[in-house]
Parts: sequence; structure tokens; C-alpha cells
Amino acid sequence: MKTNGRWFWIAAVLAIAVAFVAPLSIRTDYYFYLSFIVLQYVVLATAWNILGGYAGYVNFGTGAFFGVGAYASLVLIQAMGAPLLVQVVGGAIVSGLLGIGAGLLTLRLRGIFFSIATIAAAIVIETFIVNWRYVGGAAGVQILRPPVSGLFESYTHLMFFAMAALAVVSIAIARYVEISWIGRGLRAIRDSEVAAECSGVPTLRLKLLACALSGALMGAAGALLPFYANFVEPISTFSLNYSILALAMAVIGGMSHWSGPVVGAVLLAVGQQFAVVISAEFHLLLTGLLLVVFVVVAPDGIVGLLARLGRGAPR
Amino acid sequence: MFSFELLLNAIIFGVLIGCFYAAVSVGLSISFGLLDVPHIAHASFLVAGAYVTFLLGTYGWDPIVSGIAILVPFFVFGVVIYRIYHETFEKRGTDAGVRGIAFFFGVAFIVQVCLTLVFGLDQRLVEAPYTGNSLVLGDLRIPWRLIVAFAAALGLTVALMLYLSNTFQGRAIKAVAQDAWALRAVGANPVHIKQWAFGIATAVTGMAGALLIIVSPVEPSLDRVYIGRTFCVVVLAGLGSIGGTLAAGLILGIVETVVLTMFGASWAPAVAFGMLLFVLAIQPKGLFGR
Repeated sequence: MKTNGRWFWIAAVLAIAVAFVAPLSIRTDYYFYLSFIVLQYVVLATAWNILGGYAGYVNFGTGAFFGVGAYASLVLIQAMGAPLLVQVVGGAIVSGLLGIGAGLLTLRLRGIFFSIATIAAAIVIETFIVNWRYVGGAAGVQILRPPVSGLFESYTHLMFFAMAALAVVSIAIARYVEISWIGRGLRAIRDSEVAAECSGVPTLRLKLLACALSGALMGAAGALLPFYANFVEPISTFSLNYSILALAMAVIGGMSHWSGPVVGAVLLAVGQQFAVVISAEFHLLLTGLLLVVFVVVAPDGIVGLLARLGRGAPR
Repeated sequence: MFSFELLLNAIIFGVLIGCFYAAVSVGLSISFGLLDVPHIAHASFLVAGAYVTFLLGTYGWDPIVSGIAILVPFFVFGVVIYRIYHETFEKRGTDAGVRGIAFFFGVAFIVQVCLTLVFGLDQRLVEAPYTGNSLVLGDLRIPWRLIVAFAAALGLTVALMLYLSNTFQGRAIKAVAQDAWALRAVGANPVHIKQWAFGIATAVTGMAGALLIIVSPVEPSLDRVYIGRTFCVVVLAGLGSIGGTLAAGLILGIVETVVLTMFGASWAPAVAFGMLLFVLAIQPKGLFGR
């Protein structure tokens, strides 16, 4: 575990360093846009897995947490021209609070009710945003990026670096949750909530913590959207597609290890860039089919399959 | 701006729509309420039923006739889906929660994308003698399409209620919800009964889909709104209570119409979901819960 941990941190620092120097050698902006999207899904899938994979609570509201983060960031820009870091922290805090709220409301109920409530929250919030003039209502609102300053020569590079850093932070948090007492508690909840409660696991507090962490990371990813897209409107920001993709990435990659959602996100998001050439629907159909096939045939995902291969004999 | 007449109008429309909401939810009341299947794909099956009705409508079929013709294929479809669900999740037992939900979410998604691929994103509707004109009662104009859907919905819901309480099979379905082990002890196979029940639930949902396209034009993404409406009705009714479904449908229908009249259509999607959240927070057992 110790050496394993050291390698993880070396890789994390290396990844951030690579993201920092990449603009020096790669001149095509397209790659940065593409990588931004892929990394965004790494964050979303990793965040989803904290609650869905470890604790067994299926969140259908990824779009809601993402959208709330985006709109919190938008309000900060509109109200005070907040810098990027403030936007991300603001988006994370608001979405984290939303996670705690959704958790308090439903976590005492059976798992399926939590799932339904997260869809419900997504649509209720979306409707409020559609009817809220200050943030552009249904038509959306255009944002001007401030001139870029400091170390980066273009805003695209800065956004890419910010998302890369956020992805590394998310993975580190997910990994910490997984190997610490929090993860043990959450897994106990997933396997049997009653048994966990009886053995003295503080189930409600752990679930709220997982909700808050998961929501905050999704919100932080959303907070980068306004400056990335220069335009925010509610329908696509709160899209149910974020929910299905985050869920599918975690399930297909494997839910029991932090690397699963990362593998799933990279595969599906890169695949999306190729499949979109055929049609967007084709990619969605493929995602849906893969999700169903994996859930039925290989419930441990790609990482689970690889682990079984590595161990040699199938169990 | 607000008058008594307007309110009366809203309530009449609410009752008509409410009965329809009960009919589109009654399948979920069986599959989720009685059988405990996390059936997120219910609303997608509903929309699929509407599109099959549309397809038959292009050959000149009346939507109600199509609704009845749909029953058998949707029954078979439901049996197949339940069989897959049972073999892969219920039987293995472990961790059915997350993966069962993910499974139905995936199925819902596939249905929605397939509908988009086949029919496109345009809104579709059906033509029938009763879809164009309205019944005029003094100042009140009620579209015939609502009245037809109301009558069919009421018939469907009441028929299902009688089936569950008065027939041998219906009682077996209720029994499997109460105690599957006891059923096994008296020599019945709970899996067969659940399979049958899930088939019935899906068939009824397909027929309700025919009513859906009579009431309003459909588009593939309509399932999202109906996830809210159907789960709102089923949870508000109390899981597995068919009679409660009718009452809850009426409540949702009236509340929704009143809110629309007072605040405007842009708030429409939030009503059912807002009510659902409210019920989950205040009274998760619903009105007539077990």
C-alpha cells in the first residue's frame, strides 16, 4: 500500500506537469478542446462513483449538480466578475450543499427513491433556471472571457489546465475515500445498510459526506463551463445525457476501484469524438447498449475483467 | 386575473387529465409498487406505445383499436424484459440495487434513442374523428380527445383494479407482493406470477401510450416528463395501491392544471417532480401506503 501510494502521487504530479507544459509543444487548439471534454467526463464519472460505486446509491442527477455548478459560476461572473478559481470553489460549494440537501431529503429511504429524487431535483432546478431572468432564462446568456493573464498564452490552454488539475484532484479524493475508513463504511452500507448501522457505522453521516463530495466535484466541473463554452443555456446544461454518461462510464469501467470510472470515461469520451462523425444518436445508442451489456454480462466492468485476467484462473 | 370560472375550468380539465395520469401510472404501480422492480424504463415503454400507435395510425388504425392491439406484443415484451432482469439480477441476489437500476436506465435510454433514430425529433400526433373538435357546454370548451382519453383511462384503471382484486391470478399477484415465500409454500412459483404480472403491467402501459398520443403530440424525449408524473402518482398513492393511483392521478391532474393556469406553462415540468420531492420528504408511504 505504501509504495503503491507513492507511485500514485508521482503519477499525479507528473500528470499536472504534463498538462502545464503541453501547450508549449502542441499547437492545435482542437486537441485542447477535445481533452477538456474527456477530462470533464473523468471528473463526472469519478464523482458519480463516490456515491454510486462505493455506497450503492444511484444518482440520476449528474446534470443537475453539473448545471448548478455552471450557473453558480455564471452568477459569480455576472455579479462580480469573479476569477476562475473563485468560480470553481463557488460552484463546488453550491453543488456540495445541493448534495447534502438531496441526501437529507431522501437518504433515509430505499435506494431507488434517491435515484428518482435526483431526477426530480434536476428538473425542478432546471425549471427554476428557465424562469430566472438574471441568468438569461430559457434563451441562455453569452459570456465574454476576460483577457488571459500570467502563465498561459490563451484561454483555451488555461481551461484545459484547470480541468486537468480538477481531474487529478477528483481522482485523488476518490482514491482517498476508497482506501480510508470512509470507503470501508460506504461499502458496508452498499452491502447491507442495516448490518452496517447495527455494527456502529455512522451510515447517515457517511452518506451525506459522499453526497457532498460527489456533488461538489460535479459542481466544480460545471463551474468551468461558462468560460469554456462562452455561452450557457439551461436545456443542454442540465441534460440527462450527463447523467447517463457518468453512470455508464463508471459501470463500464468498473465501480469498485477508482481507476474504473477513469478508464470508462476516457474510452467513452474519446469514442464519442469518433462516433459523432457518424451521428450523435449512434454514440448514445452505443453507450446505452454497452451499459446494458456490461451490467448483465460483466458487472465488474473493464477493470474487473482485467483484474480477473491478471489473477489467471477465473473465480 | 383570477376568477372562480377559471378555477372551475382548471378543475374540470384537471379531473380529465388526472384520470389519464392514473392510467399511465397504473402499470408502474404494479411493476414498481407490487413487484419491487426498479422500473425506470416505464415512461419509455409508455412513449414507445404512443409511437406504435402513431405507426398504426399511418395505416388508418383508430388509436383506441391500436391500443387494444398493442396489448399482446407489449405483454410478450414485458415478459422478456422481466426474464432478463430476473435471471441477471434477482437470481444472483448480490448487489441487485445499483445494477438493476442501471439496467433499466440503460433500457430506457436505448428505447429513447431508437425512437429518435426511427421517427426523428419531430412531434407526432394521430388523427381520429374525435381529435379535432370540442364539446361546447356554455362557455366551456372541452376537446373530445380529452374526453375519449378520460373514458378509456377510467375504464382501463377500473378494469385492472377489478382484475387484481377479483380474479385468482390478480390475487396471486397481490400475494406475491406481500409474501413470496408463503406463496412458494402453498405450491405456486412466485417467479412465474411476477413474470405474468410484469407482462400485464407492460401491456397496460402500452395501451396507456395509445391514450398519451390521443391527449397530446409525442416526441422521443417525452419520457423524461412522464418519469416524474408516473412516479409522483405511484408514490403519492402509496406503493401498490391501485385505487390510490386513481386518487393520486386526480390530485396531480388538478394541481398541475391550476398551477399552469396561474403561473404559465413554463412551470409545467416542475409540478409533478416538485410534488414527488414533497411527498418523499413529508410522507414517503404515500396516501394509501401499506
